[in-house]
Amino acid sequence: MKKRIEDLVVTGNRRLAESFFVIEATSAGVLPEILPGQFVQALVTESPSTFLRRPLSIHDVDRTSNTISLLVQIAGPGTERLSRLVPGVDKINLLFPLGNSFTLPSKGQRVLLTGGGCGMAPLLYLGRKISESGVEPQFALGFRNRSRILEHNEFRKLGTVHLATEDGSEGHKGFVTDLPVFRENDWDRVYCCGPEPMMKAVAASCRERNIACEVSLENLMACGMGICLCCIVPTNAGNLCSCTDGPVFNINDLKWQTSE
Amino acid sequence: MADLRIKIGSLEFRNPVILASGTCGYGAELEDFIDMSQLGGIIVKGTTLEPREGNAYPRMAETASGMLNAVGLQNKGIDYFEKHIYPLLARYDTHVIVNVNGNSVDDYTELSRRIDNLESIPAIELNISCPNVKQGGMIFGTNPASAREVIAAVRKVYKKILIVKLSPNVTDITEFARISEEEGADAVSLVNTLLGMAVDVRTMKPKLSTVTGGLSGPAIKPVALRMVWQAARAVRIPVIGLGGIMNAGDALEFIMAGATAVQVGTATFIEPRTAPQVVTGIADFLAEKDFDSVSRIIGAINRF
Repeated sequence: MKKRIEDLVVTGNRRLAESFFVIEATSAGVLPEILPGQFVQALVTESPSTFLRRPLSIHDVDRTSNTISLLVQIAGPGTERLSRLVPGVDKINLLFPLGNSFTLPSKGQRVLLTGGGCGMAPLLYLGRKISESGVEPQFALGFRNRSRILEHNEFRKLGTVHLATEDGSEGHKGFVTDLPVFRENDWDRVYCCGPEPMMKAVAASCRERNIACEVSLENLMACGMGICLCCIVPTNAGNLCSCTDGPVFNINDLKWQTSE
Repeated sequence: MADLRIKIGSLEFRNPVILASGTCGYGAELEDFIDMSQLGGIIVKGTTLEPREGNAYPRMAETASGMLNAVGLQNKGIDYFEKHIYPLLARYDTHVIVNVNGNSVDDYTELSRRIDNLESIPAIELNISCPNVKQGGMIFGTNPASAREVIAAVRKVYKKILIVKLSPNVTDITEFARISEEEGADAVSLVNTLLGMAVDVRTMKPKLSTVTGGLSGPAIKPVALRMVWQAARAVRIPVIGLGGIMNAGDALEFIMAGATAVQVGTATFIEPRTAPQVVTGIADFLAEKDFDSVSRIIGAINRF
């Protein structure tokens, strides 16, 4: 897919729970095709200690307004600067679309989209694409506690949302892997994006039950174009770049140990 | 428009701007953004005789105005390169140069001999300065006797244009530039990355799996510039300058300090179109100052 570098107009910047925010960036032209699971490399200006672009998952795409949404967590000065972008005033320079994509289900399959925290980011657009393909997605979302729960009305429009919190302050008490819906054995596909321990737990359980599972990895990277070879993932085919061979990987290709 | 052509040995370059090894892949990664015919050349990824998996993750850490890397020469080896990559390189209307690495003198000579047979590769960059491998690499580039041995051995078997990439991790860069010249190199390129490290205070661990890595980006530019100036005064062969070039102004500094050509490296990660923008910027500067060729300003600071 042809990549582009473009200054998009910031048309929205909504603060969600705690350190999370959603940036909406609108193209003056027509957005290229964007696949679920793909990401952007955002240039951060006016942040002296930020040198590299920041890889951000594409949260949603609105083709009628040519707008991309990015769900971001403040993790340092770079993302903090992005959180202060002013709609209608600021622009954001994006290198996109980058990376591969999730595999869409076939008709009639049962699919569960699991994630937590910022890992929810790619699941909305994935859910939208799955829904458009005629399959109803279900979501299993995990959070530390009630105050960390991120807005998920858009998810509810696409399918059933099952919530888990570690302290039980809302939804099921425990991790997403403790949700009864996750324990059901007739899933045809499980997708996961979230903190590494969550993805490893989801992967281990799916492997055990022989359920097809894809995870989206979030490795440190410099270029996002398969050049710097910094974001490597050990796989059965050797070290691969999470930016170009991923970020989405089939768990059977990863050298993840179930004991980890 | 001013004449941007420069020469390294007998090889003429369309302009003095070259993509640095390890920051441009094999060119294809940048095709959406760069027309290679706009550039003087491209130095493709560091290549070794045998395939290398490189170092463990994490291999990268962002630092103030730069980044550390510890990739460790991950590449698929010369057999794969010859079969699958080389055939794709001929389509580029620019000089394609291969960055050559080894664990031993024999590795370097064997690899150089193999590449000498590849018709559309007019030059190699002998990398005796990689800081991220346990054997070879920088060990050759920081010891005068080893540097001399490997350059002399490669010169014997490699007939085309030989560029030696020098390490900044030495006390006296001019010594290594002189050794390169004495052993028959056509040019030296400098600097490779500066050895550095970073610690994650939260986890109380080094940020790189290898603890130390190579620092690149604007953070190293003043150091690189000083070394290029020193080397250019010490030898008659051309010096190719690199280290933190982010724009045409940076490139002009290197040229005025004595560099015949420049390489754009880490900047490409942030703005893939940097190298062609540098070409345009140099041309604009020459036009504005009414110079008829770029060669007029090479080493300018020593004259004016």
